[in-house]
Amino acid sequence: MNFDFSDDLKQLRDQARRFLSEQCTPAVVRRSLDGQEAHAAGLWREIAQMGWIGAAIPEEFGGAGLGYEGLCVLAEEMGRAVAPIPFGSTAYLAAEAILTAGSDAQRREYLPKLADGSLIGCFALSEGNGSPEPSAIHARVVGGRLTGAKWPVADGGIADIAVVVAIDEHRQPGLFVADLKDVRRRDLQTLDPSRNHARLDFDGLAVRQLGSSGWGSVQRVLDRSAILFAFEQVGGADACLQMAKDYAQERYAFGRPIGSFQAIKHKLADMYVALELARSNAYYGAWALSEDATDLSLAAATARVSATEAFHLASKENIQTHGGIGFTWAVDCHLFYRRSKQLGLMIGSAPFWKNRLVDLLETRNAA
Amino acid sequence: MDFNDTKEEATFRAEARAFLSANAQLKAGTRPVLRQSGVDAAAVQRCKEWQAKKADAGFAGLTWPKRFGGKEASPILQVIYNQEEDDFVVPRGLYEIGLGMCIPTMMAYAKPEQLDRYVKPALRGEEVWCQLFSEPAGGSDLAALRTRAVRDGDDWVINGQKIWTSGAHLSDFGIIVVRTDPDKPKHEGLTFFFLDMKSPGIDVRPIHQMSGASHFNEVFFTDVRVPDAQRLGAVGQGWKVSLTTLMNERLAVGDVQRPDVDDLLELSRKMRIDGKPAIQNGAVREKIAEWHARSQGLKFTRFRTMTALSKGETPGPENSIHKLVNASKLQDIASYGLDLMGNHGMVVDDDLTEAYGMFQAALLSSPSARIAGGSDEILRNIIAERVLGLPPDIRVDKGVPFNKVPTGKR
Repeated sequence: MNFDFSDDLKQLRDQARRFLSEQCTPAVVRRSLDGQEAHAAGLWREIAQMGWIGAAIPEEFGGAGLGYEGLCVLAEEMGRAVAPIPFGSTAYLAAEAILTAGSDAQRREYLPKLADGSLIGCFALSEGNGSPEPSAIHARVVGGRLTGAKWPVADGGIADIAVVVAIDEHRQPGLFVADLKDVRRRDLQTLDPSRNHARLDFDGLAVRQLGSSGWGSVQRVLDRSAILFAFEQVGGADACLQMAKDYAQERYAFGRPIGSFQAIKHKLADMYVALELARSNAYYGAWALSEDATDLSLAAATARVSATEAFHLASKENIQTHGGIGFTWAVDCHLFYRRSKQLGLMIGSAPFWKNRLVDLLETRNAA
Repeated sequence: MDFNDTKEEATFRAEARAFLSANAQLKAGTRPVLRQSGVDAAAVQRCKEWQAKKADAGFAGLTWPKRFGGKEASPILQVIYNQEEDDFVVPRGLYEIGLGMCIPTMMAYAKPEQLDRYVKPALRGEEVWCQLFSEPAGGSDLAALRTRAVRDGDDWVINGQKIWTSGAHLSDFGIIVVRTDPDKPKHEGLTFFFLDMKSPGIDVRPIHQMSGASHFNEVFFTDVRVPDAQRLGAVGQGWKVSLTTLMNERLAVGDVQRPDVDDLLELSRKMRIDGKPAIQNGAVREKIAEWHARSQGLKFTRFRTMTALSKGETPGPENSIHKLVNASKLQDIASYGLDLMGNHGMVVDDDLTEAYGMFQAALLSSPSARIAGGSDEILRNIIAERVLGLPPDIRVDKGVPFNKVPTGKR
């Protein structure tokens, strides 16, 4: 058994951690949070040059060909750094949709540009309230032209292309790729201003379908991205635990470090337990993703449920451990708290994934 | 990443599987073994026969030195054997403590001639060992123990009481930690021995547990004489020896407790809410999903541990979460399963109960899982202090002579 990342990938992870701790400091995150820049464009260019965006894109399509395990270790570091860049939208969603559903020509057209950072991608799924399911999709494509509204779309305001979920000519949901140059869009105020969100209005835009009809192709993208986002959530939860731990050792009350109180110890122990469970489930997801395993969907739902819970717990209890100072704008706790919710909501929230997980268990046990 | 055994591991797994297939029944489809009843004479006999068979086939004490009948194998092979054995119905409950904790402590501290005398019979299951640690006044705070040993010539004379001693009523020998100097601070006045459980002055009384079973005992010592030659470690070094024992806790591998998520899933297909199978109820589904995520998280955490062992590395701290997560999960799943049964959940009558009565049995046995072998609270302290590096609690008994440490009424 070798249920661990290779030494090469651990090296990549360490390198990414070092780089991001220097180049993606909280000050950089706060530039986006405070509205000074929609995303950290300089950082985006640098990680593109290092080949990170295209880590899992095969070399024949301009990627680094490191495989999904490579993308997973990078995702963890993106989460740890609360990176204010469209990494997930571009690498886990848009590129994955094109790679898994697109034609060879479509792959050749888009993937090299997504990999080198010259195109930013996004995934236009939501139409206001609701879970990611066929009945929630009203955007339509008729005669190759897309009509409808999508919101909130993470990175929709800065993306060059979108992969849009819409009802196709066969009245089935499908994936479409859209050039956003002339699309009417409006940035939205959200809970996590360190990430761009927008509303996209399509009024007869010419689009091209990726692959064939059916929700299956959409769900496939959701499943695969859930594993990658789980690594971001694990990275974020780990960062929160480190922050809480450091603070608990330095902060004194009643003449002793607050970390010597069991009320704090047990809180942090619970964060650790949730984190390790989530990490182990994410690892299995990484394996399922790189092997395209038959139980990939169940692995994804499990990783998603586990990681969402771990990051939520860690981000809220990090604030609690800090006390009043943790509730201020100046201290970084809220960056993680916001991002935890952003990641927890963006491809379907916990109730949706829990329900799906049990669907998959029932299917598996019936077989 | 891959889940494949190395060549050596695969060969060993096949050998273990072949041995088990030839000698035991597969669990699949059999009624789950509930730890409701105590280990009776017939069960002891089954355990002894099985252990002898296992030792003769070379599957006992895999990691032990060859001179004691072991194989000096890597810990990963022990894990693999445990995984395979977990698929079969084999008698359990008699040797875990002796072989897992007592004999490893002996190997670290006993004299060579003592090891020649005791290790092999223990390995073949001919002699049973118990661990006499906890006391009425020293459970989570083990070093607060009060049982006294006083030097008398070549012997020590022990007076006092131990409690929660699993299998003491079935044991031939025991390891014991006692107080030899009450004027020293509590960790410094302890000394460690092994003793014959048939010694005059030892009175073993089974404890009737809330589950109805009697797995453990109170053990009373009245002027029990133990030769100084049976001391393990120096006088006053008993705490250090105790830590060796506690570090030898069995690797948390295999051993999935029932009922688990699949049992709950099956039950929720059968039970009904609002005239429909409970599995269609959103609240039930959320619970199942959460427990599944926890179960799988533990399973894959074990895989991470196995990976470290397979590479010959020390497992990381993530291995410390198993009991903490498992014990509460068991209690919560048991309770929720009964909720799904409604009033019928009360029934433990063999003919009428659901799912072999495993939910009811677990409801009553699971509280002990959250206490025995380190309570939830102690485990959280351990994670916080040893894994996360948080400062130790401020102690009022630090450096204070043991006989000056405040005590309560209970």
